[in-house]
Amino acid sequence: MIRSAFNRIFGMLIVMALVVTIVFVIVRVTPGDPAAVMLGPDATAADIASLRQRLGLDASIPQQFLSYIGGILRGDFGQSIFLNMPVTDALWQRAEPTFFLTVFSLAIATLIALPVGVLSAYWRGSAFDQAATTLAMFAASIPSFWLGLIFMQFFAVKLGWFDTSGYGGPGASFGERMHHLVLPAVTLGLISSALITRFTRASMLDVLNDDYVRTARSKGMSEWRVVVKHALKNALIPILTVIGLTAALLISGAIVTETVFGLPGVGSLIVSAVLRRDYPLIQGALLVVAGLYVLVNFIIDMLYLIVDPRVRY
Amino acid sequence: MAAIAQSGFREPNLLMKMASRPTAMAGLLIIIAMIVLALLAPVISPYDPAQLAVRNRLQPPTWQHLFGTDDLGRDVFTRVLYSGRTSITVGFAVVIFASVVGVFLGLLAGFFRRLDAPVSRLIDAMMAFPDILLAIALVAALGASATNVVIALGVVYAPRLARVVRASTLVIRELPYVEAARALGVPTPVILVRHVLRNLTSPLLVQATFIFANAILAEAGLSFLGVGISPDIPTWGTLISVGRQYLEQAPWIMWFPGGAIIITVLSLQLVGDGLRDFLDPRLAKDI
Repeated sequence: MIRSAFNRIFGMLIVMALVVTIVFVIVRVTPGDPAAVMLGPDATAADIASLRQRLGLDASIPQQFLSYIGGILRGDFGQSIFLNMPVTDALWQRAEPTFFLTVFSLAIATLIALPVGVLSAYWRGSAFDQAATTLAMFAASIPSFWLGLIFMQFFAVKLGWFDTSGYGGPGASFGERMHHLVLPAVTLGLISSALITRFTRASMLDVLNDDYVRTARSKGMSEWRVVVKHALKNALIPILTVIGLTAALLISGAIVTETVFGLPGVGSLIVSAVLRRDYPLIQGALLVVAGLYVLVNFIIDMLYLIVDPRVRY
Repeated sequence: MAAIAQSGFREPNLLMKMASRPTAMAGLLIIIAMIVLALLAPVISPYDPAQLAVRNRLQPPTWQHLFGTDDLGRDVFTRVLYSGRTSITVGFAVVIFASVVGVFLGLLAGFFRRLDAPVSRLIDAMMAFPDILLAIALVAALGASATNVVIALGVVYAPRLARVVRASTLVIRELPYVEAARALGVPTPVILVRHVLRNLTSPLLVQATFIFANAILAEAGLSFLGVGISPDIPTWGTLISVGRQYLEQAPWIMWFPGGAIIITVLSLQLVGDGLRDFLDPRLAKDI
């Protein structure tokens, strides 16, 4: 088990190193001088030269790469060009709406997906199963920004229950801020529930045919106990994996949803960084998000290792 | 071969298998219908997608304008039809690009033991980036244009295909006919194409269908965010992006292109599900 843990840690470090390399390379594929692109067509030669110097673009590529890695190891993700502050500060300032949006959408998604997926598998082939499977597929076909706009039109514009956009402005209380997150969280939660439902159903189907479930039944155990205590408990690990990975992937949904609802979170920060070609900020955001994904993946693998002694890496 | 086909030993073809699954068949027919509608747009609609008629702006749906008119008085129905051309073409181009790159990487990793670890770790690292995030970063670096959107999304989806290709190649590599071909001195590239790639078509087709669906959704997302295809080119995403500004007065501008996306993506998913069930039963329980 210790050996497996070391193998897995080693594997994770390699993937992390590759992630950093990819993030570094992405900005270098820019046709032309990144400094000139960032400053736009009106920039003078002197401006471009000074930005090149600030970004360290005059050094050779291997040298730039080394200093980039050195910075990351020290926790320095560079300076945002447009906001003129460290990238980590810029991301941190915008973390609150994204954090709560992710937590709420994940809670909504799980609360829908878990019971629906379990019952769907239990009543396999029934009308309920067919309806649930079809609905899940339908939900996975809806563009999240479009669903957000539909909700906005109905609940905010027509019924006036919510503000159409924003986060309550400066000085808004915690309750007001959370009120602004209702529509975005429902939008994102409904769409992410599709994936989790399908996965829960598949894992439960796997388990429901296993011998110990049959044994539990033949012992005369109540159906409720068979399904929840025996089947669900065993199906839970793969389900937790999907939930964990969905959490890391929700940032993708947050990019679009925050833009729709004008939330000042990390997602909308990334979009504005892209529109302003603020490369250090884009790099920093990519690194943080991909790093989180790799980390969540790693933690899940470690949990498998602890929970299931048969697992070896 | 022809003799076998005529004698009735031939396996039922794909289309016949599809017909046995009503939902998959319905999906296929709807996709074909969407493509035909997009291609025949000039025949179907009496309007020009770019023709301005400011007097007619923001009209709700009527018999004259089935989907209403937009902020510049253009017919939304016509624009949805024409947008389908761009959205479907971009989605398809992404599938082709991702397939070429993904098959190449997957074959390398699956067939050559030495390359397996490095290529597989690269695939893992690429898959750590959420699709929209990696795509907008790539478009930001390459510059916003339809071609670059295709490249960016192709790069995003290639690792998923590569993973499927690798897994199947690992199995095929050990099969007796590959060993036989090798013993006969068939050159490796020929083995790869004739014996390995040919037997990969089923999982590849299934995966490609799902990537097609995801690519249409992702392109719409990028266009909506304004970081993808230029707003002047009508795609379903850019139409919604414009409609968003008239959410209160004229919500129909964004209703219908969204509907078009849902119908297309849902049909592709139905086809993909059907294909998976009868082409690749091993995959059927995966998502």
